[in-house]
Amino acid sequence: MKTLLTKLTEAYGPSGSEGPVRELIRKEVEPYVDEIRVDALGNLICLKKGTGGKKVLLDAHMDEIGLMVTHIDKDGFLRYGTIGGVNPFISLGQRVYFENGTFGVIGSERVDDPKDLKTEKLFVDIGAKNKEEASAKVKVGDSAAFFQPAVCLGSRFVAKALDDRAACAVLIETLKRVGETAHDIYAVFATQEEVGLRGARVAAFGIEPDVGIAIDVTRTGDTPKSITMDVSLGAGAAIKVKDSSLICTPALRDYMVKMAQEKGIRYQMEVLEAGGTDSGAIQMTKAGIPAGVISIPCRYIHSPCEMVDLDDVEECVKLTVALCQSPLEF
Amino acid sequence: MELRELTSLVGVSGNEDEVRRAIMRELEAMGVSYETDTMGNIIARKGDKGPRLMVDAHMDEVGLIIVHIEKSGFLRFYPIGVPAAVLPSKRVLVGKDKVPGVIGAKAIHLQERRERDSVIPVDQLTIDIGAKSKEEAERKVKVGDYAVFDTEYEELSPGIIKAKALDDRVGCALLLELLKEPWENVQVYAVFSTQEELGIRGAKVASYRVNPDMGIALEGTVCADIPGTDPEGYATQIGKGAVLSVMDRGTITHKGMLNQLVKLATENQIPFQYREATSGGNDAMAIHQARAGCPVAAISVPCRYIHSPFSVMSMADFEAARKLLIAFVKSVEGGFRP
Repeated sequence: MKTLLTKLTEAYGPSGSEGPVRELIRKEVEPYVDEIRVDALGNLICLKKGTGGKKVLLDAHMDEIGLMVTHIDKDGFLRYGTIGGVNPFISLGQRVYFENGTFGVIGSERVDDPKDLKTEKLFVDIGAKNKEEASAKVKVGDSAAFFQPAVCLGSRFVAKALDDRAACAVLIETLKRVGETAHDIYAVFATQEEVGLRGARVAAFGIEPDVGIAIDVTRTGDTPKSITMDVSLGAGAAIKVKDSSLICTPALRDYMVKMAQEKGIRYQMEVLEAGGTDSGAIQMTKAGIPAGVISIPCRYIHSPCEMVDLDDVEECVKLTVALCQSPLEF
Repeated sequence: MELRELTSLVGVSGNEDEVRRAIMRELEAMGVSYETDTMGNIIARKGDKGPRLMVDAHMDEVGLIIVHIEKSGFLRFYPIGVPAAVLPSKRVLVGKDKVPGVIGAKAIHLQERRERDSVIPVDQLTIDIGAKSKEEAERKVKVGDYAVFDTEYEELSPGIIKAKALDDRVGCALLLELLKEPWENVQVYAVFSTQEELGIRGAKVASYRVNPDMGIALEGTVCADIPGTDPEGYATQIGKGAVLSVMDRGTITHKGMLNQLVKLATENQIPFQYREATSGGNDAMAIHQARAGCPVAAISVPCRYIHSPFSVMSMADFEAARKLLIAFVKSVEGGFRP
């Protein structure tokens, strides 16, 4: 799992530029699924055929937050817009990299009051001496991801892009372990979640599943003086009740709890006050789809140093596998 | 149809009828077949083989809607896409009969210092149509009527025009220009959409109906190349050519389509610039997310001061956008892969 997580998190894939992650995942899952296709928005849709059960959509998004170059100034500095929720305080001083291997660091204009540190005050310095030199390496519209190698701290794993590559790992591992099932399992490795659940929305329309389950990271309330939230690292798979994008279909949520209890899978309930997941888009597809979320507890979300517990990741795999193997009658 | 005529038409979001009728007449004269839908979109079609390309421009413009008539005959209104800061001291035309009115504000002599230094909130502004009473006002206008800015089309200098509603009649003009051209390998669904300024509403249902394989939005877009703004804040510049979006809050432009547009512009020596901003959004977001999704791009013309009573635009930029759009449509062979 550590090797897979390292490969996945160190891959480059801001929203809209998920190609490298998609190819990596395709290679991982190819031996375990019956059909693979890529849809118009770049979603990787993998079908593992069942024996006459339901159509089950399992979703994990491939994209990560990042930056997009909007302007190159005469001195070669790059101005940028954010891709997804990128905090300027966390960005300052970070290294970023482009798909072509160009590196840069994030600097700031002079800011007297820290409250004035807005994205508009920040820029990327790629070491270019002028516009011409910079333009030879990057152009307006190019995207960059944060650069940070993965490290393992005991059972805790720290990396960029664990949101949502940790879930991609869960989904890959599920496909490897699940074996023959009654259900048609559509594993959707989705694009553009961070900019508005865009990949999952169109993938769900195309598939029209009977059940949709997204796997995503969620916040925790277990760090010093943090927000109040009853999710902790190491306490098991989190079963979502709600976030700002959906209220998980109650019968499915209860079914997930029952399944965890029956199989002895450690779980915790999650109520996330802000933030959304692909299930929010899946639930509203066509005439409505029962939708739920399995969450991986994660500290420092949307930073280059996100942290998950490997035991939680394992519990999430077990729960996903158990659901796929169950009748899903609820 | 000339921009002079298109921009003089009245069509605040939800009230696009005058624009719609003019465009339908134009389409009929051109022999292009079309249908309209329940949201008031015009969906014209040209070409009968190849992938479905939806090209969209919205007919609606920013403006005001009358929500109440005071006993004294003044009209209270709600703005549609217009910030309060640009409203005082403007001339407007109210309702179907285009009743002239002015948005007045207290004279400076009567304002307190803090009033002079701040934006007058919308709820303290009214339209004065010269009526002495509610009854008199009601003979000319009613609640639910729309008001538009009374702005004349003018050429400020050779090739630089000023008009209202360039966002997005410039897109409508481009789309009509496109329909004059022949092509072979693509079915173009030309959508003149409604209610973009209220939340991309017309394009949402039109793109569901069309079910396109790819989409292009045509826009009059932000341009802040004015004193007081640093170059990184310009977004676009007048006279620098057709604008290509890279990302906004609704879409990330498809890389393949963007590369194709850049290639065509370069090969055909059509001036172009990137939209150096990621804020804002346009009908492309609805096309992108329709049904099972499709790749999208946007071609725009820089318009200074949009969402105000007037915008300023370069006809050379319009010409660049026109050439690039036509070159793109003629170049389409099959779809674009992710």
